[in-house]
Amino acid sequence: MAEPSILSVRGVETFYGAIQALHGVDLEVAKGEIVTLIGANGAGKSTLLMTICGNPRARSGKILLDGEDITALPTFQIVRRGVAQVPEGRRIFARMSVYENLQMGAILADPANFNSDIDRVFAMFPRLAERRDQRGGTLSGGEQQMLAIGRALMSRPRILLLDEPSLGLAPLIVRQIFDSIGRIAREEGVTIFLVEQNAFHALRLADRGYVLANGRVRLSGSGKELLANQEVRAAYLEGGHA
Amino acid sequence: MGPRLALMLKDAGLTAFVAAALGIFIVGFRTVDLGGGKGLGFDYHLVDLAVAVVVIFIGRLGLSMAANGLRWPAIVLGVAMIVAGASPMKLPSGFLHWFVALGGVLLVIRAIWPWANDAIGAVSRTPSGVALGKAGSKWFGWLLLAAAVLMPFSPFADQKTMDLGVLILTYVMLGWGLNIVVGLAGLLDLGYVAFYAVGAYAYALLSTQYGLGFWTVLPLAGMMAALFGIMLGFPVLRLRGDYLAIVTLGFGEIIRLVLLNWFDLTNGPAGIGSIPGPTLFGAVFAETPPPGKQTVSEMLGIAFNGNHRLIFLYYIILGLALITNLFTQRMRRLPVGRAWEALREDETACQALGINPTNTKLTAFAIGAMFAGFAGSFFAAKQRFISPESFVFIESAIILAIVVLGGMGSQIGVVLAAVLLIGLPEWFRDLGNYRMLAFGLAMVLIMVFKPRGLVSHREPSIRLHPAGSGGGG
Repeated sequence: MAEPSILSVRGVETFYGAIQALHGVDLEVAKGEIVTLIGANGAGKSTLLMTICGNPRARSGKILLDGEDITALPTFQIVRRGVAQVPEGRRIFARMSVYENLQMGAILADPANFNSDIDRVFAMFPRLAERRDQRGGTLSGGEQQMLAIGRALMSRPRILLLDEPSLGLAPLIVRQIFDSIGRIAREEGVTIFLVEQNAFHALRLADRGYVLANGRVRLSGSGKELLANQEVRAAYLEGGHA
Repeated sequence: MGPRLALMLKDAGLTAFVAAALGIFIVGFRTVDLGGGKGLGFDYHLVDLAVAVVVIFIGRLGLSMAANGLRWPAIVLGVAMIVAGASPMKLPSGFLHWFVALGGVLLVIRAIWPWANDAIGAVSRTPSGVALGKAGSKWFGWLLLAAAVLMPFSPFADQKTMDLGVLILTYVMLGWGLNIVVGLAGLLDLGYVAFYAVGAYAYALLSTQYGLGFWTVLPLAGMMAALFGIMLGFPVLRLRGDYLAIVTLGFGEIIRLVLLNWFDLTNGPAGIGSIPGPTLFGAVFAETPPPGKQTVSEMLGIAFNGNHRLIFLYYIILGLALITNLFTQRMRRLPVGRAWEALREDETACQALGINPTNTKLTAFAIGAMFAGFAGSFFAAKQRFISPESFVFIESAIILAIVVLGGMGSQIGVVLAAVLLIGLPEWFRDLGNYRMLAFGLAMVLIMVFKPRGLVSHREPSIRLHPAGSGGGG
């Protein structure tokens, strides 16, 4: 935590109509860190991630990106400031080829970097290089997840937000995906904010973690501490490690 | 086999019963004036009804046979219907002959369709078939273009054909324009004809009131229409799908009603007449020159021929349509064009990539409307008379049908669908009142046999060489 925060969430409250989903969430992500947010279904994890992206908007509280207040900005403006998302359910463009999907990721980036950026993505995910003329919708779930991550990286983000990248994937593929996330942080120097239900994998990978329950941060600490924490073990880890 | 046949017979019987129950009031009898103050009487057409019910029974039976793999019996039934329809057998009306024969043709097509499909599929999977398909799709467009360019010089380019050619090309252009909004950006627009009307009225008013020429007004009309596109775009930014369709439908009607009722400007339902046609380097197409002008035949030193004007119009609309096409093809490779396609696929993902959905939608509406505006001023210059009658909802529906039946987003599909949907009803004018039946039939057939449009294959906006140079753009 020596590095300054790139993302600060301060007292954020989000509502869906009359229903309050987040009750004053505080959270910090420092430059170069991997921070994970775990919690049960319906705890508000995805809501927090989407609130950071401006949709839905926080009703109160502040979200700062490198000190700049982005709470009231529209989604595309937030993305243009270097926040890339890998949305839940991957949301790749099914009728476009792998290559075109990656092009879409670079739509705002400097065209001069395009070739080197796409080579880096292909080096990280050789499977995508093999299938670059294939339509996105015909890829397997794991490949689609790789494509969604690759697409997000094409914009050269400062911070990458991932929403449940392990969702619906086989254990072996989940391991591969988490390995790549680790490499993105360490080799590319991209800060990672990872929302996961798969607490075991997420906490092993992360530098720090937060546990969200009923829209409130219940616990926080380093990945190791949380892995060892009795409460976390009982609530999120018992029943086998996927 | 036994129980299945029994089921099919039962199903066909039920269909025939429903047809009979409905048809008895529609076809079975009608009231006629007996004349001489005797009041109204009934004119019975029970033979017609009986024939129709029998045909429906056989047709339904044949269809369910074909669907259940009994192809040969279905083909036999179909051929029997064709023979019956074509035979000199005395039926109460000529239409019934058509009805029986066409029903038979449909049944035969349906029965052999799976075979034809398999055969085409098998051929297209062989190496030479793949090569042929690639070359075909590459050259088909160029062949069509060459045919379109050379058409006026072909021996069968009489006035009727040329008129039809201009009409088809107008719809091709409108289809390509709407393709930007519906096919690429995925915004369902049911009021596209409004922009066509804006372009037409812009030219009609500016030329008759201020004496401006076609080529001066053309870009202005495009800009006007684009402005209206943005005007429509703003209120519908948050809408999707059905809701968007309803609002665009309303917008189209509003424009038509304004044209109809703003009497001082548009002359209301009486329309605007004596609109000047387009000029060629200032020369007009006429037998005798108006004061201070030169005719084209004088300028070129050739004998006057009424067809020259038509040929000129033909090339203008061909040029305009090609510009629309080239522009769209180019846009698809630019970020804004790719953003349109991304928007169609997934608006949420678009925002996650930093695309501004507002601007993306507005540019799609504006550019689509601009091309309708061009086409509209061409239409006014060609017709020389316009009234709100020309801009009714059915026009929007036909243009949309061209885009959808062509296979959303496919440029060549639009051409094929325009030829089918505009050309067929014109060629079938001899069918009289049954013309629209043929139109409807063509639409139903396309949707049955090609449910995703005539050309459902999406051309990638970028092709990579097998060697994989990896170069962008």
